Amino acid sequence: MQLTLEFGGGLELLCDSKKIHDVNIEQHNGEDKLIMKDLLSWVRNNLIKERPEMFMKGDTVRPGVLVLVNDCDWELSGQLNTSLEEKDVVVFISTLHGG
Amino acid sequence: MEGERKRGARLCSVCKKARASVKRPKTLEQICRECFYDAFESEIHQVIVENELFKVGERVAIGASGGKDSTVLAYVLSKLNRIHNYGLHLFLLSVDEGITGYRDDSLQTVHRNQLQYGLPLQLVSYKDLYGWTMDEIVQVIGLKNNCTFCGVFRRQALDRGAALLNVDKLVTGHNADDIAETVLLNLLRGDVARLSRCTSITTGIYSPNAYRGFAREFIKDLERIRPRAILDIIKSGESFRICTGTKMPEQGTCQRCGYISSQKWCKACVLLDGLNRGLPKLGIGRSPGSEKGSKQCGTLHF
Repeated sequence: MQLTLEFGGGLELLCDSKKIHDVNIEQHNGEDKLIMKDLLSWVRNNLIKERPEMFMKGDTVRPGVLVLVNDCDWELSGQLNTSLEEKDVVVFISTLHGG
Repeated sequence: MEGERKRGARLCSVCKKARASVKRPKTLEQICRECFYDAFESEIHQVIVENELFKVGERVAIGASGGKDSTVLAYVLSKLNRIHNYGLHLFLLSVDEGITGYRDDSLQTVHRNQLQYGLPLQLVSYKDLYGWTMDEIVQVIGLKNNCTFCGVFRRQALDRGAALLNVDKLVTGHNADDIAETVLLNLLRGDVARLSRCTSITTGIYSPNAYRGFAREFIKDLERIRPRAILDIIKSGESFRICTGTKMPEQGTCQRCGYISSQKWCKACVLLDGLNRGLPKLGIGRSPGSEKGSKQCGTLHF
């Protein structure tokens, strides 16, 4: 599945200071759908190079990290259970690095 | 599959037309981008009017760091000034701490704000104001305690820049998370003077950032359990009353530079005096020599 991931507010520093990542995620076990929970663990394993605790806490993002799926706050789409589709754009913005 | 994918379908609860894109923690309303901007801007307008924050013809400096909070402030205030005819003369005021490679990006944002909103920009530097850049201070003091210098100097730099611009008022942008955090920190520190001041509209505060991180994480955890928690904390700060018998520090002026101070010398003068005399640790910590035996705060249980 092709997705565009964007990191901002300082989170880009955890992934080689690159803000926009066009990624291709392979789905496993014959599952045909991908949800945000899967994406987060994929990001943690594949994109985050340092200090993963700045990005995640438990199985979700650290409090204070905004998540937008196609410009919409993921709180409206089911957070971890938000299902993703081809060409979706997911944005992560940390609000913890000052104003 | 399609049934689960509701994220495109939910409509804004205000206009009922556009797709909702945010849930306001304050009201739990699901609203679209435009209705959020409208609500946000009209609430700010209401606060300005109800509290009579400005008078026609006043000169107002906007503290501009290039970060999100001050950029939003510059945008909203120049827009409200235009559409509601406040009649204000607005200026952007930026502080250059003199940290190589740090301000470059954010000062670019400030220059962009200057063009976008057509506001004149005044830059003041630590070097001009105090004779020291932050880089030079760090060379003397090291990386450990330099936040004290930077924080004290920045707060005063804004005031001094405001005096330079001959403005009537100085406004700075903050978000609800910051203010809730400040309420909690002042409460934990037992700083009743700051506790009652920190949520009042007309007076600014300065709080060092050293152990903010813990409070920030704590309030973001609270917010997850109860989205209104942050606003509730601010509300508690606003309603805080100090019993009349409590002795509060009196506001005076610094005998050295004339800046507001509750002590003989203001904090910046104490710090500068230490730097210039080659005793940079002077003025850091609660009392001289308390550095080594400084107490650690205990663990909190909730």
